[in-house]
Amino acid sequence: MSGLTYTRYELLRTLRNRRFFILALGFPLVLFFVIAGPLRNVHNFQHTGIPAPVYYMIGLASFGTMSAMLSCGARIAAERAVGWNRQLRITPLSPRAYFRAKVLTAYMMALLSLAALYIAGASLGVSLQAGDWLKMTGLIVIGLVPFAALGITLGHMLTPDSIGPAMGGGVSLFALLGGTWFPIGAHGFLHDIAQLLPSYWLVQASHVALGGHSWPAKGWIVIAAWTVVLSAIAARAYRRDTGRV
Amino acid sequence: MSTRGRAGIELGRQAPDATKPDDFVHTRVGAANGSPGRIELDGLVKSFHGPDGPIRAVRGIDVLIAAGETVALLGPNGAGKSTTIDMLLGLLAPDSGSVSVFGRSPTDAVAQGAVGAMLQTGALIKDLSVRELVTMVASLYPAPLDVDEVLELTGVAQIAAQRTNKLSGGQTQRVRFAVALVSDPELLVLDEPTAAMDVEGRHSFWTTMREFAARGRTIVFATHYLEEADAYADRAVLMAHGRIVADGPTNEIKAMVGTRTIRATLPGADTDALAALPGVSGAERRGEAAILSCTDSDAAIRALLASYPGARDIEIAAAGLEQAFLELTGENAADRGDVEPGLGAGAEAESGAAGIRETRR
Repeated sequence: MSGLTYTRYELLRTLRNRRFFILALGFPLVLFFVIAGPLRNVHNFQHTGIPAPVYYMIGLASFGTMSAMLSCGARIAAERAVGWNRQLRITPLSPRAYFRAKVLTAYMMALLSLAALYIAGASLGVSLQAGDWLKMTGLIVIGLVPFAALGITLGHMLTPDSIGPAMGGGVSLFALLGGTWFPIGAHGFLHDIAQLLPSYWLVQASHVALGGHSWPAKGWIVIAAWTVVLSAIAARAYRRDTGRV
Repeated sequence: MSTRGRAGIELGRQAPDATKPDDFVHTRVGAANGSPGRIELDGLVKSFHGPDGPIRAVRGIDVLIAAGETVALLGPNGAGKSTTIDMLLGLLAPDSGSVSVFGRSPTDAVAQGAVGAMLQTGALIKDLSVRELVTMVASLYPAPLDVDEVLELTGVAQIAAQRTNKLSGGQTQRVRFAVALVSDPELLVLDEPTAAMDVEGRHSFWTTMREFAARGRTIVFATHYLEEADAYADRAVLMAHGRIVADGPTNEIKAMVGTRTIRATLPGADTDALAALPGVSGAERRGEAAILSCTDSDAAIRALLASYPGARDIEIAAAGLEQAFLELTGENAADRGDVEPGLGAGAEAESGAAGIRETRR
């Protein structure tokens, strides 16, 4: 009744979608090796104080996990297109349980992507204390909450053919401005903008490697604000889409 | 079965202003609060925004369905059947009026697992086998049927291990039926369920549905096939242009709309004289051809040939529902501008899935 079986089959469906699975996991990995491979011996990457492999491990993890979270929107859009969500709405499955299943599926993909990048990072010599690995993972999991809400919003607003570009463009922009590809300087206009983006704080999770630093208060506030705003928009998009009051 | 004894066929009067459901004459029993023993649609109105202004899909309908009844919502495409069903299921909120499903709101009835439905449009989600999909849906309900039993009942046991994206259209429909049935619902709603099925598929589908109805379940299905309503429902509710034009036992409805037309090339014949022939209820002229609407086509054809031995190219056809409805409602669809001009009587009778779909948003 609580939707456990439903969630289990949703996870199974995602794992069975092999093309999606391989691309979602493989693409960030390939990019990581291409970018961080030649920089494996850089220990203070562009004055960040962080080794380049750590920086790009988290940078590409932010890219891979953001994509994984938004892909829940693609699955919602596909279900809407075939009318399956109307079918679900005449079952006792509550909207809450429905979203829980979607968000858990998204997190499963995100954590798999993260694990793959950790292994890739370790293979390029990244080595951290066990507690730091966990802390880093925790920050990323929290930093992804707004992207779950964004995925749901896009899934209920867009069609399967328009959600691809929206996701690709969205992730690229968030990644670029968040510092996935190169560190955002410590000052200036770009820095001010970047600090307001959740993706910036995902990348900043790499600072855990500098002796266990978490985010400053600003990071928590930015993530919380994006979560509140995007959740409200997601709820609105869902209500509009389903005509519920 | 329980309403066989009711007041026979009720004919809806033409409402000059359809936004006022009260202009409609129907038996109104009880209050809008709803009784646990029946389903009540009370004064339902629903419009959509269209490119040329509002589309008034449902214009004030009242229906009472007793528990255990099998009721056909019968009407041509665009009659408002699917919109009515969406409101019955709580998928759409009516602009005005109310729905009660066994004394509850549709949303509550759905939340309690009392409703199963096979919607008009819809495919299945990918990356699951047929058995997994049905199991997944069953898990959402408090007291589902045994999955294997349902797979057997709906004739999909042999394809239970196949992935849902590798099924034929007919197989998909049967799996969708299994999905609707597995909850063992008190109310089963089927919106044009046989549209994508072949003849054999239809037959076994309706056989299964009858078995299910025999368990005392309430079934509401939409169709534009008079034969389906006649063969499988206790009662038919006829809809056209968002209104109910008749409501009664299927045999009476069939007698009412099961008219035939005779078409013959008959230059120069007077339509008034033709209309006066025995068994003929109306006559019109299209070029050289005369078209007779018949209450008794056997009597009419004998009289026609006796009076007009020159008649040739004679065709006798069952009138389509659209035409029957036009006669019942006494209005001309083309003048209203809300029916596709090409949607003639015979044109849609066999069109099935390829036919024009009802306007829905």
